[in-house]
Amino acid sequence: MSVVIEAKQLTSVRAGRTLFSALSLQLGGGEILHVEGPNGAGKSTLLRIIAGLLQPLEGEVWLFGQPQQDDPELWQRQTLFIGHKPAVKAELTALENLHFQSQLDGAAHVDAWQLLETVGLLGLEDIPAQQLSAGQQRRIALARLWYSQAKLWILDEPFTALDTYGIELLHQRFQRHLEQSGSIILTSHQPLSWSGERLQKIRIEHNDEELVYE
Amino acid sequence: MNRASSWQLMTTIMRRDLAVALRRRSDVINPLLFVVIVVTLFPLAVGPGPDILGRIATGVIWVAALLSSLLGSERLFRDDFLDGNLEQMVLSPAPLPLLAFGKVVVHWLLSGLPLVILAPVCALLLKLPFAAWGTLMLTLLVGTPMLSAMTAVGAALTVSLGRGGALLSLLLLPLFIPLLIFAAAAVESTLVGTSAYGQVLLLAGLMLLTLTLAPLAVAAAIRVSVN
Repeated sequence: MSVVIEAKQLTSVRAGRTLFSALSLQLGGGEILHVEGPNGAGKSTLLRIIAGLLQPLEGEVWLFGQPQQDDPELWQRQTLFIGHKPAVKAELTALENLHFQSQLDGAAHVDAWQLLETVGLLGLEDIPAQQLSAGQQRRIALARLWYSQAKLWILDEPFTALDTYGIELLHQRFQRHLEQSGSIILTSHQPLSWSGERLQKIRIEHNDEELVYE
Repeated sequence: MNRASSWQLMTTIMRRDLAVALRRRSDVINPLLFVVIVVTLFPLAVGPGPDILGRIATGVIWVAALLSSLLGSERLFRDDFLDGNLEQMVLSPAPLPLLAFGKVVVHWLLSGLPLVILAPVCALLLKLPFAAWGTLMLTLLVGTPMLSAMTAVGAALTVSLGRGGALLSLLLLPLFIPLLIFAAAAVESTLVGTSAYGQVLLLAGLMLLTLTLAPLAVAAAIRVSVN
């Protein structure tokens, strides 16, 4: 299977503390990587490095067999990053948010109403996002996944604030993305429903000596 | 795969900024109201005689414009930073300076352009001789894009600091001083009957320089801020 993303000997130091050193990982099409670890261990930092928001102290990240800095535009077009902050405009309604976001993601002909129905926000489309609950705002942010053509999804705690039905919905969407040989990197304190070959796990511990890679 | 062109991405961000600003009208109106209030208070404080008012009119209008541009500037990138859109801008396939330029343009449309339109009202209130109205509007038209571009640099630098308002003013006010001097000099030369051509051209040159370089500085500052 083709290698989608490869991290080579990554080292990151934040605020004088080594989060991880010489961390390497490899992820192919149709695979999902679950980054585990306690709070503050450096999971988000790893994801932000892979997304291209942060520079690692040492090491590099390769996408489709070429280094990140060689073709940053390919990188930006082929990855989708959803972080802790949902990138939802509080003043705009769910419908407007989806409308602008789909244009920013370069997805043509997105049926925003269909999308609203899929993520279960139909009937709330004309309420400003700031009046919606945290879970509903999360759903607006995650609606991007339903039209996304990006090969690699990088999701930081995607299940936060979602109810069980929302989590189930997200699992189904992940499943389809993996079947279309997309890849997913995510952090989560929730157990995932995959097991076996598809699922890779990496655990970042506070003590960088105990870095375990399964 | 994201197939949007850089131009589409920039215009989308601009349209979204406009839509957000129309939902928060008070944030747009407040700085303009500030200028109008300052301008109406001056005749009350220094007396309505045209000899004094007419002389200080340009200075009052321009100082009010400078300070009002600082009032709204903190918000330029604050919301985008807090809700995560700044991260998404960095990850967008369009060049970051281009997106920054788009945001500066929207900021000018909402803060600079209304000031140019308000200028005759302010000039009337301060009894500026009619002959100088055109020059005043011209200096504002050329000067306010510079204000927007420079406040954008300051706002991008201080966006991750929480409350960086005081620092922002300290950073920006020295940069505004050349603008203030040449704008006042332009109106002054019209008042004494000579041509303001030189000063306006110099301001226009400064504006082009600022609009060219500021987006690059804003982009660099945003990259530092999202780290």
